[in-house]
Amino acid sequence: MRREIPLAITFLVGMFMLVDFFVPHHAVSSAAAEMKQWGTIVIAASILLGVGNLIRVHYKKISRKQEGWGYSIVTMSVMAIMLFFGGPWGTIQEGSAFNWMFLNVQVPLQSTMFSLLAFFIASAAYRAFRLRSVESSMLLISAIIVMLGRVPLGQLLTRGLPEQATLPWLTEMIMAYPNMAAFRGILMGAALGVMAMGLRVILGIERSYLGGDK
Amino acid sequence: MNIFERFMEIDRRWIFLAIGIAVIIPFFFPLGLPVVVTEPVQNLYDALDEIPPNGQPLLLAIDYAPATLPELEPMSLALLRHAFSNDVNVAVLTLHPAGYGLAERAMNQVAEEMGQVYGEDYCFLGFQPGISAVILGMGVNIRNVFPEDAYGTPLSEIPILDGVRNYDDIPLLISLAGWSAAEAWVYYAHQPYGQDVGAGVTAVMATDFYPYLDTGQLVGLLGGMRGAAEYEGLIDHHDAGVRGMDSQSVIHILIIILIVLGNIAYFGARRKKREQERNAA
Repeated sequence: MRREIPLAITFLVGMFMLVDFFVPHHAVSSAAAEMKQWGTIVIAASILLGVGNLIRVHYKKISRKQEGWGYSIVTMSVMAIMLFFGGPWGTIQEGSAFNWMFLNVQVPLQSTMFSLLAFFIASAAYRAFRLRSVESSMLLISAIIVMLGRVPLGQLLTRGLPEQATLPWLTEMIMAYPNMAAFRGILMGAALGVMAMGLRVILGIERSYLGGDK
Repeated sequence: MNIFERFMEIDRRWIFLAIGIAVIIPFFFPLGLPVVVTEPVQNLYDALDEIPPNGQPLLLAIDYAPATLPELEPMSLALLRHAFSNDVNVAVLTLHPAGYGLAERAMNQVAEEMGQVYGEDYCFLGFQPGISAVILGMGVNIRNVFPEDAYGTPLSEIPILDGVRNYDDIPLLISLAGWSAAEAWVYYAHQPYGQDVGAGVTAVMATDFYPYLDTGQLVGLLGGMRGAAEYEGLIDHHDAGVRGMDSQSVIHILIIILIVLGNIAYFGARRKKREQERNAA
């Protein structure tokens, strides 16, 4: 029953949401609206589950002194500190300790991590972007046109030329035609995959979301 | 080791140093290069410009996290400035838990700068978990998903939301995101409910959104810092976006130079190696 009940709930809810999409009757849409509200509540509750799981995983790692257990101590300590300041004194008040730590610790740290990409991209481009084949040459030429066409300095380089020869125009052409065609293909493929996966879940063929091996 | 091989083995810390210098110098010596406005940005500007003043609110979803803040915060500031200068009411919300503080910061900064009053000119709905469920739920009734604003005031007591029930009462929705949230608004707000959606995304994500522009599922798009700079030019308020474009110009040129040098070194080294092999044979 541990598997049958979740499978039955998934089937009934999934089928009902499909019916809601095709049947514009008030009774169906109001019931579906109620169900969507349940969805928000269930997802909110899953955040608590996530916190519980985080504590369980890191506690196990620390107690067994597994590789990288020091990082687990940092994670748990930071979570405890944020909970301590966020709980009694609130998270949203301007000037609160929680808000201060978020804006002055988490924001600069995450921004810095993302900004480091620029350094690694430059280094990787220097080492890996080679004119080895026709395909890589096309990629490299397109990349150079787009990189130049998307910055003001690149725009200045072709200023005065006919519009169809300027870098911004060529960039827009690359983005609006070959790029869009490729992405449209990817999107359609992904959408078909999502539909197939959705049907597999609703019909109980795909059961990996239930966990376990079976 | 010949010169080409030595060039190929260059310590990557020299490249990091060059990038660091190229980023910093334009901040002290701005180039002041003009930014040409592209069609997707102009379209988003026009869509916001057409919203009647002091009427139904613009819904601004500040869905970004701190990682993408440098690219996306200039967009949120520019959009808020444009809306407030046109007396367009704004309702702000976020679908990202880390977006809460960032949305509040951007909203308060511009509201204070332009003398806007909370509740009468703008409001903050806060964060709700569950992306698709939230967006779909708002299509039925916004109050089902956000019964009160971020500060505990029931939506019925917020003047700018008077008469606002669902997407039928929202003239334009703009999502600023460094992840799939902007796409989710297209899937779950535009497709089933016909909501006009605009987006602001990071430069690397912008390519993914061109199909939606072509089909009309997006009314406009701001791509990366360049998009923010273009929008700042349109509202005639140059800020972080325009400032950042100078650095980005220099960085792009530097990366292209590095690619060219890397290829020269690669082909030079390869030719030398072949010559040596031929001589040895």
